[in-house]
Amino acid sequence: MAGTVDALFIFLTLLSVVMTVAIFATVLFFATKYRRRAGVEAEQIEGSTILELAWSIIPMGIFIVIFVWGAVIFFEERTPPMASTEVYVVAKQWMWKLEHAEGPREINALHVPVGRDIKLIMTSQDVIHDFFVPAFRMKQDVVPGRYTTEWFRATKTGTYHLFCAEYCGTSHSGMIGDIVVMEPAAYDAWLAGGGATGTLAQNGSALFQQLGCPTCHRADGQGRGPNLVGIFGKPVQLEDGRTVIADENYIRESILAPAAKVVSGYKPIMPVFQGLVSEEQLSTLVAYVKSLSQAPSGAAGSSLTTAASSSSAMQNP
Amino acid sequence: MATAAAVNVDTERENYLNSTYGIRSWLLTTDHKRIALLYLVSITFFFFIGGFFALLIRLELLTPAGDLVLSDTYNKLFSMHGQIMVFFFLVPSIPAVLGNFLIPMMVGAKDLALPRINLISWYLYIIGGALMLHAMVLGGVDTGWTFYTPFSTSFSNTHVIEAGLAIFIAGFSSILTGLNIVVTVHRMRAPGLTWSRLPLFVWSMYATSVIMLLGTPVLAITLVLVVLERSLHLGIFDPTLGGDPLLFQHLFWFYSHPAVYIMILPSMGVVSEIIPCFSRKRAFGYSAIALSSIGIAVLGFLVWAHHMFVAGISLYSALVFSLLSYLVAVPSAIKVFNWTATMYKGSISFDTPMLYAFGFIGLFTIGGLTGLFLAALGIDVHVTDTYFVIAHFHYIMVGGAVMGYLGGMHFWWPKISGRMYPEFWGKLAALIVFIGFNLTFFPQFILGYLGMPRRYWQYPPEFQVLNVLSTAGSTILAVGYLLPMAYFLWSLRYGKVAGDNPWGAAGLEWKTSSPPPTFNFDYEPVVTWEAYNYHEIPAPEEVNA
Repeated sequence: MAGTVDALFIFLTLLSVVMTVAIFATVLFFATKYRRRAGVEAEQIEGSTILELAWSIIPMGIFIVIFVWGAVIFFEERTPPMASTEVYVVAKQWMWKLEHAEGPREINALHVPVGRDIKLIMTSQDVIHDFFVPAFRMKQDVVPGRYTTEWFRATKTGTYHLFCAEYCGTSHSGMIGDIVVMEPAAYDAWLAGGGATGTLAQNGSALFQQLGCPTCHRADGQGRGPNLVGIFGKPVQLEDGRTVIADENYIRESILAPAAKVVSGYKPIMPVFQGLVSEEQLSTLVAYVKSLSQAPSGAAGSSLTTAASSSSAMQNP
Repeated sequence: MATAAAVNVDTERENYLNSTYGIRSWLLTTDHKRIALLYLVSITFFFFIGGFFALLIRLELLTPAGDLVLSDTYNKLFSMHGQIMVFFFLVPSIPAVLGNFLIPMMVGAKDLALPRINLISWYLYIIGGALMLHAMVLGGVDTGWTFYTPFSTSFSNTHVIEAGLAIFIAGFSSILTGLNIVVTVHRMRAPGLTWSRLPLFVWSMYATSVIMLLGTPVLAITLVLVVLERSLHLGIFDPTLGGDPLLFQHLFWFYSHPAVYIMILPSMGVVSEIIPCFSRKRAFGYSAIALSSIGIAVLGFLVWAHHMFVAGISLYSALVFSLLSYLVAVPSAIKVFNWTATMYKGSISFDTPMLYAFGFIGLFTIGGLTGLFLAALGIDVHVTDTYFVIAHFHYIMVGGAVMGYLGGMHFWWPKISGRMYPEFWGKLAALIVFIGFNLTFFPQFILGYLGMPRRYWQYPPEFQVLNVLSTAGSTILAVGYLLPMAYFLWSLRYGKVAGDNPWGAAGLEWKTSSPPPTFNFDYEPVVTWEAYNYHEIPAPEEVNA
């Protein structure tokens, strides 16, 4: 990513230098050549439609090229590959909390293997923050009340700056950390030594049981709530006729404020969990619901509880 | 024409400065020229407060560690630097001082259309300013000039409500000034002064005023909503209260992007007056320059979300706002090319105002070109919220707007005061400002590209060299700004008597005496010529010879 961003940046720098030099040189040339001399009058010139059109249309053409180029890069920056490794990020004044799908948690540091696509699913507990890694040329605001995402693939091992780039109060400039890019083997060793207690989805599954969710969200589709197996990433028909995609933000909203978008055929009877689950717990629940939509052989689903594993088995398209 | 130029200069002649005396005659005046001077004194006061904060910011950043002030103090310094410079200096600078002083004279009128409203606007500004100072004395505000929610509404422990109300009130001063200028340009033009004969400064002030009228109310509403959420916990922006933090950004930038054009369009107008005068030529492409001001005013309202590419807006709305941002760059480019072309086959002299105009073209060009970087989505992701953005908008708002303001102050100072400033010191100050400005802000482009985020009290040591350069530049810049203040004051007493038209400039304001009489003209002017009829006006050298 850094390479493609830098290519356009260098192009624009060259363009700017050429334009700046051209304008400075023209101004200096005119200022010298036409400096005031006794007996020499200025020549009155009204303007020139052809010139006006030329210096409107040519810049417009160049601008369109830059726009398309910048948009193509942006599209890539904003579209994480399907098979990305997911890391949940919870920002708070003035700290970064990171949760790997495999279980380990970190504060103000993120260890990743080189060459792998990493997708960050981020939210904030308080004000707006911004997850900025200059070396990867990527930045995304972390907004309370919703998930935003960004992704990267590190190409060189090393330690890189993580900055908070959205002003967030007293210790904004102290809300920094390290992105540690490791060789895959070293990374696996780091993961194994992390002392994690279960994957994110496993923890989510336990919480799902503990909160009593399976009472209604039954896997056989006979519950008072919709069956959650296989829904992630699929369109959902709502009671009010709209259709939404069941993405991270939809699952999040449906836990915190279930009445906002009720699935067609169900009643708005689910209790509100706003204030009852923390952002970290919420990430485990989202990770768990997502794991229900992966192939049964998926690692995350291997140790699911009876209700969940039976539902995986019953999922016949 | 010939008779107007031959009027004998008599300094004892009655004019707007000596017609009445006493503090009441100033505080209750409805004369647009006196109100312009009231504004001049007030905004200069705020400029030096804002500038002082800027120097403290630069001093703190001299070293990587946060060692000069506390982080909370630093946050307040940059917040109040921004709020004061934007709302209490840049927005009123040219419109309320030069616009106020010149628009009635340029259209051949005795005063603005609504003189008492004009005085009210100054009082609103003063009330807003006093509230702002009060908030500062109580301990200040630390939200940045942008008041982003939910930080400003639910987390900041500073005087957000008072600062918000201060800006709310000052906003009405801006609305009333805009209203006055729009009405004046429509209703008060002298016989024969058609729209196509208006000076380009009037066109750009008209475009500015339209933005003030349409944009400022949105800022006012937004600030009221911030105050309501902060005081009554109405859920508007804070998600824990059921609000949407991005809604605030949409509303804020709907005003604050066009506000950039409130700051730069008037300077473009000033430059469009200076370059023809010191080139002894009609402006190249008069209608292109005039219409591009209107184009900027209209398109300026359609690009606000380019401040939000990484804020969490959708991919497709980002695409639309990026494309529209490139469209608004076209009229700005047109202006730069036209100013340059105006010099072609001219008869160019290098008086101080012209030096500022050169400086404006150079710095505005760099500011505009770096805007192309930020409008490119893929690049904005990297450089937004870094020092690249700081450098970019200072090139536009200080390199552009303040250079234009200073150029205009030098150009019209003989008309305002009746005296000439010392030319040598004027040129020297222009040069110092140009050098100091570039040394302060150019390193910040590189800092931003290297990844230094804005609003950082402490920073990694690898950024120090560039920060030291920037801080060094800021002290030079400070000298460049103090000099004009000193010699303008000096010239009031010791300056050479200017005469009615020391530059041999076109425009109705030069056809009356300096300083002008209270009602501007001794008789109602009738315009029978096109703007910038420099072929009919002798250059000052010819008059002296």
